[in-house]
Amino acid sequence: MDAAEAKVDGNAIGGLLSEIFTMEMTTAETTCASCGAVNAVGRVDVYLRAPGVVVRCPGCEQVLMRIVRGPDRFWIDLRGTRCLEFAAPE
Amino acid sequence: MVDLIQETPRVASLVLDMPDWHGHDAGQHVDVRLTADDGYQAQRSYSIASAPEDSRLQITVERLEDGEVSPYLVGEVKVGDKVELRGPIGGYFVWKADTTTPLLLVAGGSGVVPLMAMLRHRSAAGSKVPTRLLYSSRTGDDIIYKEELDRVASSGDGVAVAYTLTRSQPSGWKGYARRIDSDMVREVAWPKQQSPIAFICGPTSFVESAAGLLVDLGYDPLRIKTERFGATGG
Repeated sequence: MDAAEAKVDGNAIGGLLSEIFTMEMTTAETTCASCGAVNAVGRVDVYLRAPGVVVRCPGCEQVLMRIVRGPDRFWIDLRGTRCLEFAAPE
Repeated sequence: MVDLIQETPRVASLVLDMPDWHGHDAGQHVDVRLTADDGYQAQRSYSIASAPEDSRLQITVERLEDGEVSPYLVGEVKVGDKVELRGPIGGYFVWKADTTTPLLLVAGGSGVVPLMAMLRHRSAAGSKVPTRLLYSSRTGDDIIYKEELDRVASSGDGVAVAYTLTRSQPSGWKGYARRIDSDMVREVAWPKQQSPIAFICGPTSFVESAAGLLVDLGYDPLRIKTERFGATGG
């Protein structure tokens, strides 16, 4: 499979993110640390077929997040996300 | 699982009785997890096909021969078996029936599933929002929900359905017979002046080309919601 077809979007990690943040996160907004683009998580590019999950900015393709889930822990690299904004739970 | 509906030779709907289900929105999905005897786990996402108003949860799954999960869900699982899932998941690719602007749905293959949930929600909620579905499949046999879609489209309820078959067409076929292109989108899609909202779901390349065609028509990119499921789906 070529790289373009390996790409899905942020909807595909809604379940993973809800495990981490314990709430719906596909409507959360990311600000790219590289180009400043603001995108809903549902709109960003996601690659699942990597050692972890790689999330990229749909504008400049820089890495926004990397998430690795081990048997009993998570590793989350958010260097590429300047800001993650979401509504507080009611 | 309380029922299994064979939709096409490769696609089935699983009807699930979920006693603790707290409802969902049209467009959301669930993650299904299988665990082998040796503890190996595989997980895939499947769109919910039923309306929030339906009493039972339904997911529709396409069987992929090299898949880890779908060959079990379409072919092995039997009525009465338990299926492990979590959800509902998602909030971005969601349509609610209180929306009043015209609705454009664009589906490639099994990408029609979450859009079917939207159409079912629209009917169940009594919405009259003008709605058009452009649905691309390979062959006539691959059209999922064909009977129901034809019924909805002929009911005079404000839903129009346009099919295109990209690989082969049955004799007497009256729909489109090519990949989705700008002429087709111009004929089917609402004009941008009506401020439509669009939902596109299907394989990644399909979604990106359809979204590009709508942007070319002048659609606001923020009113084009997409869900890409890769080359093949889950």
